Amino acid sequence: MIINHPLLGPRDAAEFVYLGDASLIDRPDWQSDTAADDFYEYQYLRDNPAGETRELWFHEQGDRSWLVVTRNTLTHEITKVELARDVALAAGRDR
Amino acid sequence: MKYSGWKVLRQALGGNKGWEPVWRDPAPKPAYDIIVVGGGGHGLATAYYLAKEYGLTNVAVLEKSWLASGNAGRNTTIIRSNYLLPGNEPFYELSMKLWENLEQDFNYNAMVSQRGVVNLYHSDPQRDAFARRGNAMHMAGADAVLLDEQGIRELCPFLDFDNARFPVKGGLWQPRGGTARHDAVAWGYARGADQRGVDLIQNCEVTGFQVKNGRCIGVETARGPIAAKKVAVCVAGSSGRVMAQAGLRLPIESHVLQAFVSEGLKPIIPGVVTFGAGHFYISQSDKGGLVFGGDIDGYNTYAQRGNLPVVEDVCESGMALMPMIGRARLLRMWGGVMDMSMDGSPFIDKTSVDGLYFNGGWCYGGFKATPASGWCYAHLLAKDEPHPVATELRLDRFKRGHMIDEKGAGAQPNLH
Repeated sequence: MIINHPLLGPRDAAEFVYLGDASLIDRPDWQSDTAADDFYEYQYLRDNPAGETRELWFHEQGDRSWLVVTRNTLTHEITKVELARDVALAAGRDR
Repeated sequence: MKYSGWKVLRQALGGNKGWEPVWRDPAPKPAYDIIVVGGGGHGLATAYYLAKEYGLTNVAVLEKSWLASGNAGRNTTIIRSNYLLPGNEPFYELSMKLWENLEQDFNYNAMVSQRGVVNLYHSDPQRDAFARRGNAMHMAGADAVLLDEQGIRELCPFLDFDNARFPVKGGLWQPRGGTARHDAVAWGYARGADQRGVDLIQNCEVTGFQVKNGRCIGVETARGPIAAKKVAVCVAGSSGRVMAQAGLRLPIESHVLQAFVSEGLKPIIPGVVTFGAGHFYISQSDKGGLVFGGDIDGYNTYAQRGNLPVVEDVCESGMALMPMIGRARLLRMWGGVMDMSMDGSPFIDKTSVDGLYFNGGWCYGGFKATPASGWCYAHLLAKDEPHPVATELRLDRFKRGHMIDEKGAGAQPNLH
């Protein structure tokens, strides 16, 4: 698989480390009354979709940036690559 | 159909034109007592033991393709019970005992070959950990022998013992481990279940679950709706997308694991050799091909194929351990989709929906578990309580903090 890095251009997926679903960016509120359940679901449960999914890849052998990659789990086709920082800022996070 | 030497001889003289199908091809009935979703090794074993041990024969196995078309035909056929934790080891040892009597039990040649499984160690702490595991195995009634370097030299003289990074210092040997013929296991179970009246329905994909008042009362399939008192899902590899149809999220990710076979060679590998430090394991098939594999590719996928970096990684590990295989040519390679659970251990449990049961999360160790998985799942379905050796294989164990973290790694090593 080739990941088209927004800053560095096309890079071999072997340079990256995979983390998982992009929803891992949205950490639950630790002060919530339902925090224990929220963190259980955040940490252990997965949607695990067959088809298009957004996921986090870390460019460990490169510029060490986190990316949000939109990829199809049935075909391995990558349709979109964004910097995770941009995704988090767009979602209203401060960094 | 019963096989005998006389029958083989007669068929040979008659041009082998008289053989009949080994199991029926029935149309689905409108309702069953129990529907097993998934006609792989585990689903067929479940149906077989439901019929044989509990007399429950109003059972259907629904398979979306042909029987054993998924991971039952994509594994590396290794059987062993060399686990550590009390939630795991008695379960796998039950499986090992069932393997030892399997062919007599279902009257089918599954080619179970107890040629031994050895896990190599490379350092003093690793030796101590293996000694502990060996003791845990003994306590569960399994066999284990801790070999030193000399013992490994006698068993596998061809290893690179003086490897600079991972010198081979010894290993934990389970002589009763070995290999079996993967397809024959599924076929034997299928034939045994069919003979007892279980309907094996192929090309019948489950497309939804009928849930009424929190209770599962049947399934929607490609061949119409079928009612059932109990629905038992057993589709490791596709668990995520099948259970999503019932609205359940699981502690499972789907990953691809690749495996490889070389051209046929003269007998050289005595049993199964695993090189955990280098992510490599190998055995030799009866036809002579070297059967080997390594680690998962490491990203979520439902595609039954992997990518080249892992091919390189596995072959490098193989060359590091046994340089003699460098001239062997790779004949075939394939990928299978694994249910990777978050702690690396499986599930055999009820779900939050009444009447809906779940068996999955086998990670890359489902084949060896086939008999015990079917045995314990049948027990759960027939008696509505877990089998004594499968009480910890629960879906809610992460919520309760009772992980079975055998290796401290599931889909990712960072969950513990």
